[in-house]
Amino acid sequence: MTPDERAALDRRRRHRNWAMLGALGGLVVLFYFITIAKFVH
Amino acid sequence: MSEAMADNTKGGSAPLPYSGDPSEVRDWFQLLKPRVMTLVVFTGLVGMVVAPGHLHPVLAVTAILCIAVAAGAAGAINMWYDRDIDAVMRRTQGRPIPAGKIEAGAALSYGIFLSVMSVVVMGLATNWVAAAVLAFSICFYVFVYTMWLKRRTPQNIVIGGAAGAFPPVIGWAAVTGSVTLEPLVLFAIIFFWTPPHFWALSLWAHADYERAGVPMLPVVAGARETRRQILLYTILLAPLGLAPWLLGFAGPAYAVVAGGLGLGFLYCATTVWRDQQDATGRSLTNDAPARRTFRFSLLYLALLFAALAAEHLVLR
Repeated sequence: MTPDERAALDRRRRHRNWAMLGALGGLVVLFYFITIAKFVH
Repeated sequence: MSEAMADNTKGGSAPLPYSGDPSEVRDWFQLLKPRVMTLVVFTGLVGMVVAPGHLHPVLAVTAILCIAVAAGAAGAINMWYDRDIDAVMRRTQGRPIPAGKIEAGAALSYGIFLSVMSVVVMGLATNWVAAAVLAFSICFYVFVYTMWLKRRTPQNIVIGGAAGAFPPVIGWAAVTGSVTLEPLVLFAIIFFWTPPHFWALSLWAHADYERAGVPMLPVVAGARETRRQILLYTILLAPLGLAPWLLGFAGPAYAVVAGGLGLGFLYCATTVWRDQQDATGRSLTNDAPARRTFRFSLLYLALLFAALAAEHLVLR
């Protein structure tokens, strides 16, 4: 694997990890607001 | 029927190249068929708007998110199952699985995970009637349309089209906790809209379907019969568009829009039926009327549902 390919691979892996973190964080926020809204509703 | 079609009823069995490279985030997003999602979200939202009652905005946004994710998840499972024919069709060759960007098994797990999550979150956020209808719509799309009908019958679009007609019912159920006649009318409008919409597309894109062995109506019954069926379904659809007004859950403004759009659709379908053809039924105009009808059908559904929602928001 050339250094360029290695860098591209790391970049894509990093992107995927950030996306996973974003999705999990989004779910936490979503569940928080659903709970609040259910209390209010 | 072509040889490919005769053998092509199992789905997803052919091994496909997987590059082994980590996929981009956009590949995973593409797996959710984002363009299909837009229509689903829009019709689901209209179902929620016209439903009697009130839903907390956070819960309403969550319900829409669940409908979108569920539609995407069903799309991902569809791409997993159809990966063999997607690799053959020009229109779908660039999808993440046939392009070797995402491994087929990973796409299936992703689709199942998102399906379960969307149903559970819908149940927790709104009610379990909406969640049950959502689950049923996913199962209908995956098992009835994708696995059973799509490769076996030219009526695939007719019955399978029901899968795309569920969102307004789900939206309505999310607000009211029940399924009554009104959302079923909205369901029927999308159900009868789907065949002329897809058959108009398939009139000029049938070479792709033929290559993949998908028995779309123009491939099996010919272009002439397809044009006739487009007209017949449009004749049923045009008065059905007025049903919300006749049943009293839409007003005269909607009736005017629905009537005008229905007449427009009927005009388009008539031009398709009367398109200049050779002896085999092939269009001599490069299917110009069918292309126009396909574009109009998109406008038809968007404006019809927009009119319904706008009238409820502004006039009621």
